[in-house]
Amino acid sequence: MPGARGTAGRWIRAAVAVFLKDWRSELRTRYAISALVMFVVTTISIILFSLGGEGASPEVLAGMLWVVIFFAAMSGLSRTFVMEEERGTGMTLSLLTPAGAVFAGKLLFNLVLGSGLTVLAVLLYALLINGFIIKTMSIFLLTIALGSVGLAAASTIIAAIIARANTKGTLYPVLSFPILLPLLMTVINATRLAADGVPLGEAVGEFQILVSYIVVVVTASAMLFEYIWKD
Amino acid sequence: MALRLTGQGLSKAFNRRPVFRDINLAATDGETLLIAGRNGSGKSTLVKILSGILTPGSGTVTIEGVGRLDELSRKSLFGFVAPYLQVYDEFSAMENLQLCAALRGLQGNTQAHEALLRRVALDPARHDPVHGFSSGMKQRLKYALALAHQPRILVLDEPMSNLDAEGMSIVREIMREQRSRGILIVATNDLTDIESFNGKVDLNARS
Repeated sequence: MPGARGTAGRWIRAAVAVFLKDWRSELRTRYAISALVMFVVTTISIILFSLGGEGASPEVLAGMLWVVIFFAAMSGLSRTFVMEEERGTGMTLSLLTPAGAVFAGKLLFNLVLGSGLTVLAVLLYALLINGFIIKTMSIFLLTIALGSVGLAAASTIIAAIIARANTKGTLYPVLSFPILLPLLMTVINATRLAADGVPLGEAVGEFQILVSYIVVVVTASAMLFEYIWKD
Repeated sequence: MALRLTGQGLSKAFNRRPVFRDINLAATDGETLLIAGRNGSGKSTLVKILSGILTPGSGTVTIEGVGRLDELSRKSLFGFVAPYLQVYDEFSAMENLQLCAALRGLQGNTQAHEALLRRVALDPARHDPVHGFSSGMKQRLKYALALAHQPRILVLDEPMSNLDAEGMSIVREIMREQRSRGILIVATNDLTDIESFNGKVDLNARS
């Protein structure tokens, strides 16, 4: 019988296998990547056209950046669970590997995908949108990092919940909005502070909220996932 | 110590509609358990409960003779083949076998995987994506996936579905071998699928 270390090693191997499976599958099918990239490019183009040559206040620009990231995430981050249900492989996965390893692997996949999405959105936004200038880079980078983690964590558990519903596409943003609202309000505020050029110390409150949000969402998700996944 | 699988007082309902109630069963090493019943009688639900895919509404499934098991080790006791169990279409047969081992937390063995695919006569197509496979080839691949870790308990739901005569012959051989390795559980309403059995759960008599 395997010892505790052997058991932990096998569990980690299984979680990494879930992540690598999703990653290889994504590289072959490009379902989520295509949706995310198209959404980011289209939305930023629309913002660009609607602003024209006019500038907008840092508050508005910070808010719009996170609107782009939120809706792009809604178009792609649910794929990891929805694909398993649509193809009928969810049962295969639950036969082979523990629910906790499935959740960890899927969370890791959404973290990588969500971070890539955020980096792409920020780069395009900074390059194309007039007047989006960040004065305190440390606040902005921390906000982007914590915001991506929070977005991926919440999106993963919501995707698991909606994957078995008939109206997945509609349900995902509707269910995500109230759960992501505290995160969105905090990252928008922190991005505004970064644009205003306040020192790092003044944004500590925002970071405390973001870290608390991530801890609460990941802990609750890990505890609830088995019940969502099994039956 | 001999392996023993026991189900006691198993019941399951979906949306408050009972599928079956108070099922008791047991099988030990070297035995074959037949689960019979007409369509919709709950054969698939019962084998999913025994394999740990579904939780019973009431009752318990216990496995004796293997000590205390963590969840991964418990899952690795079972091999499962069913028409509704899907494989990953975008990967090849070999990749599915490697993935299956990794998802069980095990190291894949390429030579053993190739031997398994030879056994189910899929070796010429081992590097082809599964989406190009016929339903019979997919069923053969499911047998390879189920046998890759040499399970002590092999669960077969409608074992011959989609198979041609050669495939059926391979499956009969697999069934014979499993009886010498552990427990065989077969859910079917076609008794010609199975050569002999030691115990029978007739879901027709209980619904």
